[in-house]
Amino acid sequence: MALELRPLEQFKIEPLIPLHIGGLDVSFTNSALFMTIAVVLITALLVLGTKRGALVPGRWQSVAEMSYEFVADMVETNAGHGSEPYFPFVFTLFMFVLFANFLGLIPYSFTVTSHIIVTFALAAAVFIGVTIIGIAKHGVHFLRLFVPEGVPFILLLLLVPIELLSYFIRPFTLAIRLFANMLAGHTMLAIFGGFAASVGFLAIFPVALDVAILALEVLVAALQAYVFAILTCLYLRDALHLH
Amino acid sequence: MDLASAKMIGAGLACIALVGAGVGIGNVFSSLISAVARNPAAQPQVQPFAFLGFALAEATGLFGLAIAFLILFVF
Repeated sequence: MALELRPLEQFKIEPLIPLHIGGLDVSFTNSALFMTIAVVLITALLVLGTKRGALVPGRWQSVAEMSYEFVADMVETNAGHGSEPYFPFVFTLFMFVLFANFLGLIPYSFTVTSHIIVTFALAAAVFIGVTIIGIAKHGVHFLRLFVPEGVPFILLLLLVPIELLSYFIRPFTLAIRLFANMLAGHTMLAIFGGFAASVGFLAIFPVALDVAILALEVLVAALQAYVFAILTCLYLRDALHLH
Repeated sequence: MDLASAKMIGAGLACIALVGAGVGIGNVFSSLISAVARNPAAQPQVQPFAFLGFALAEATGLFGLAIAFLILFVF
């Protein structure tokens, strides 16, 4: 029984509207399409959901208000006081990653966050933004972030490089965490789908496993969006309050 | 040893990373259970941290799984 598994085919980026400006390929791809769908859905949920502004919210208004309050509470508790100006950024980030993850769970759709270039762009925006905020707020004192307090000088020679490394590795871990979760989960689904297609009436077992993995993937999709947002908040707290 | 079998062995070795994820996730939830069993009132405070820990622990194992998939299906 020859297994013909091509589980990585689902991640292929295909141009839908070919477009070339200068030497650049700026085609409208399936990736861009699903990003657009995510943004349109988020906008629709928040704008249409809160349009009536009823005192007793209906279903859509409840969802919009709950997501707002959830992120507002997260920013408040994790980034400390003085973090209110950055709430819109964290909220946008959370909703975009959440919707991109959930859209990817629909069969035959495309997972935007399974491409490291997308997650790394988001993580780099967070990293650069947080560093600029820290320097703008504290000036040279921002460097105290890398020097733990109350540590003997000899130990500092060891600790400062470690702190520096752990600071500069942040955008990479942030990006790879989201990307690897999405890639591994969707590849696993496709592999068991491939098994199901090749074993005849025994297919019920791989399909049952696929259902269980899909349930786990729903949890992971929500959790990874939460982790991405909460880590952004924690990095922001470092920049705002220096430890 | 030819390349095809080396790839299979490499992918299998890369999956060892999932041992750490399993230990980590078990540790996170066992700590959550014992914490909530001792002080049920603390559940709302400790549960978000447990899920954060779960996601972080799971991600490290998935790095290994992603490498295994890359070995098997990309190279």
